[in-house]
Amino acid sequence: MERLNVNLCGIPLDNPVIPASGTFGYGWEFAELYDINILGTFSFKGTTREPRFGNPTPRIAECPGGMLNAVGLQNPGVEQVIARELPRLKQCFHKKVMANVSGFCVEDYAETCRMLDAQEQVGWLEVNISCPNVHVGGMSFGTSPEAAAQVTRAVKAVTKKPVIIKLSPNVTDIVSIARACEDAGADGISLINTLLGMRIDLRTRRPVLANTTGGLSGPAVFPVALRMVYQVAAAVRIPVVGMGGVSSAEDVLEMLLAGASAVEVGAANLVNPYACRDIIQALPAAMDKYRISELSEIIGGVNKWEKM
Amino acid sequence: MKQSLFTILENQPLTDTVFRMRLAGDTGDISAPGQFVNIRLDGLFLRRPISVCDYGDDCLTLIYKVVGTGTAKMRDMHPGATLDLLTGLGNGYDLALSGDHPVVIGGGVGVPPLYGLAKRLIAQGKSVTAILGFNTESEIFYADAFRALGCETIITTADGSFGAKGFVTDAMPGLAYSHFYACGPEPMLKAVYRASRTSGQLSFEERMGCGFGACMGCTCQTIAGPKRICKDGPVMRKEEILWNG
Repeated sequence: MERLNVNLCGIPLDNPVIPASGTFGYGWEFAELYDINILGTFSFKGTTREPRFGNPTPRIAECPGGMLNAVGLQNPGVEQVIARELPRLKQCFHKKVMANVSGFCVEDYAETCRMLDAQEQVGWLEVNISCPNVHVGGMSFGTSPEAAAQVTRAVKAVTKKPVIIKLSPNVTDIVSIARACEDAGADGISLINTLLGMRIDLRTRRPVLANTTGGLSGPAVFPVALRMVYQVAAAVRIPVVGMGGVSSAEDVLEMLLAGASAVEVGAANLVNPYACRDIIQALPAAMDKYRISELSEIIGGVNKWEKM
Repeated sequence: MKQSLFTILENQPLTDTVFRMRLAGDTGDISAPGQFVNIRLDGLFLRRPISVCDYGDDCLTLIYKVVGTGTAKMRDMHPGATLDLLTGLGNGYDLALSGDHPVVIGGGVGVPPLYGLAKRLIAQGKSVTAILGFNTESEIFYADAFRALGCETIITTADGSFGAKGFVTDAMPGLAYSHFYACGPEPMLKAVYRASRTSGQLSFEERMGCGFGACMGCTCQTIAGPKRICKDGPVMRKEEILWNG
């Protein structure tokens, strides 16, 4: 359906719906449930240079309107992703995939991106400088404009593919970090990663998470995410991918109006494994209801309140 | 895995805190005892994983202990209400490894999945012993149900108020068995693992995000590398287990 088409950094998408990294594995668990080729694309599990087991369990906690996670970037490492996961993905997904990359130093990011740049299946590199659940690197690159720019430049130097920098909301001024990434050559910005949070088990008086803190996601964070997408989209000229608590076709429309060119869906996949399929199917009716003929027309189209 | 709506047929107490819920719906994706379902409950974001006690063509039985907000919501539901379930989750117990006289060993709320397992082992002509451990007499449930299946059933209580005083492992020495199947709290599983003299399978628990392998929320380390308890487990073979600490 052409009215759902959008464009992300020069690559056309059938629709703006993209399962977010860490909620969709490397795709094949969901390919057993539905044809994942209906998706715009998906962002695969955050991948690092070396394999990682991640954090001790419990890694998951419930909270009102969402969840905390402290998985800690468990992944088999970029070599295994290229050797095993991408060939397996090719059997069930025929579009370009978004490769999500994390690192612990600038060289890690560059080397992992260099290896993924050589993969024909990879359409975009989504560089995560915002993981709140690792103790070195991760989010620290996303909390200063200088460090964010440094990672951006290092990655841009090793790839011709569009580079999208994924930002943390755990900062005082996300706009200055987005601008620093744009100035350093980023082709797009995605936001938000999870909000740092915590729960305590009253029976044991220990944090619920073995990592003490974790990242909050789910509908609870949607208004925060939407506000940050709106602020960043107004401040940069490169495309913005909006995410954070998106659970419905209406949430997608709000994100597009706020300035997102495409939308990632995360925690919703974990509760309803068909969430992205359901959102894509619900979009045409939601567009009709709000008199939207084509999604690409409404990007950044939020109206201002006018003074009386 | 399948997502579908089930209708509650029955929801009644077995003890002060343990309840049995019978549900009608499509059980076509359940392939082995020891698998679990993941239940969506109003007002809660994450689904709640509960092991399947028993299942038939169009109904399943869950036995759950009320320990938090999710299970309290389940307790307060009435027959006729519907629940959104993901079914057919996890890998369940492998019956082919049982030998002729397996033992099933359950502790507390770990007992339920062993019922459906014992029923199927007996249907295959196996001679099944059940060791069921509880804290105290008032917490015992399903002992008669195991006996009705034809299991040689041994009850232990930690305080000695019923059956043999002690833990399930106190009933293991002197017992002849070909293979063991265990489910219960992790300290019990570890003790059974150490006391066992045969091959066996143990079912683990962990806080889960999705329940179907996507989020990596429940990963444990094994001899064969990291495994997701929800997707690669919850049942693990004795020889692949690595205990932490």
